[in-house]
Amino acid sequence: MTCRETKNLLNAYVDGELDSAGSLGVEKHVQGCASCLTDVENLHALASEIENGGLRFTAPQRLKTNVQAAISEANPAPTRSIFNWRWASAVAAAVLIVFVSMQWLRPSQEMLVNEIISSHVRSMMANHITDVASSDRHTVKPWFGGKLDYSPPVKDLTEQGFRLVGGRLDYVDSRPVAALVYQRSQHLINLFVWPSNNTVTKQEGQLTRQGYNLIHWTQSGMSYWLVSELNLAELGECARLLKE
Amino acid sequence: MLGERERVLKQNELTAFNEAVLPHLDAAYNVARWLTRNDQDAEDVVQEASLRAFKYWKGFSGRDCRSWLLAIVRNTYYSWLRQRSVQPELTPDGDMDDVEEVVPNPENVLLQNADRELLKAALEDLPVEFREAIVLREMEGLSYKEIADIAAVPIGTVMSRLARARKRLLIYLTNAAARNYL
Repeated sequence: MTCRETKNLLNAYVDGELDSAGSLGVEKHVQGCASCLTDVENLHALASEIENGGLRFTAPQRLKTNVQAAISEANPAPTRSIFNWRWASAVAAAVLIVFVSMQWLRPSQEMLVNEIISSHVRSMMANHITDVASSDRHTVKPWFGGKLDYSPPVKDLTEQGFRLVGGRLDYVDSRPVAALVYQRSQHLINLFVWPSNNTVTKQEGQLTRQGYNLIHWTQSGMSYWLVSELNLAELGECARLLKE
Repeated sequence: MLGERERVLKQNELTAFNEAVLPHLDAAYNVARWLTRNDQDAEDVVQEASLRAFKYWKGFSGRDCRSWLLAIVRNTYYSWLRQRSVQPELTPDGDMDDVEEVVPNPENVLLQNADRELLKAALEDLPVEFREAIVLREMEGLSYKEIADIAAVPIGTVMSRLARARKRLLIYLTNAAARNYL
């Protein structure tokens, strides 16, 4: 490699952007060329000066706050534009009538199942498992009073191996619902409860989606959805105990 | 009721955006600060860039969030310049033959004397596209390929810009050191 060829590659060499053949070529030349060696030393020194020279600026806290505020504002809740939503609801209602008349209820149930799984996953991801953390059902049940227009039955299954962790207000099937959280060994179980007359489905059954098991039933006018990554046998046991 | 569900979905989208993008706000600010060379302008650019990023967020496939955000910051900076009818002093990209010697005289520059203020002045003195390449490379640690994607130029151009930028920096520092000895 000539001196001129080498000089053209020195920056890429110092930046570690040359392939091994190129690097070897440069190294071989630099060993015998004082001028190129000085250049390499200077480039290394300059790079480390810039990197370690405390030249990096950090965003002021004010900016972080402002950005978050601006984004929240740019993402307005659509409920604010009531008129549009009236139209949208009318269209949605018309579509729903067509769907119902065609007896296409399955997509709705599929949507509900997805919502329940999302709520379950989100409760664990966002580290927001409970609003009221208590293994005492006499603490959990009254907590929902005033937050819901119904009172969800709360059972303590600690003795049977399903520890009550607490309760949470969640939002499923277009309404606020009670979520009760149980724990079996390392697995969390979410139980969603709401009055059954509002639900799109009245079937009972169990299913598996995305690795999560779900069990659904209705009892005494309440609709129950049990969801967890716990195996179906143990989750079934939990459902049986809750139904008792 | 439909609106309520929509609201919850939007809230989730916002949370996902905040978690993915906001951790890179320091990098965004650093790049914007070096491009604008001014605190307030840098804040304006980052604020605008964040809003743009949020707008494009749905279409983002999620490879490398930081490079993606930095590309938006850079584009925002250039449109901010145009809005202010300031023409950036762009230097034509020559080919690599421009780079003859890294320093005019082959003696080691006394970099230990290059204090922070001098180095900062040297960097601010660079033409914007050279400064951009140096900041992305040395401070943000990006590869030639990543810089090429952000600046929308071929990798060869990135290489040549870095080489010429460093040559200028070394000359600047050498001259400053020489002045100190006078």
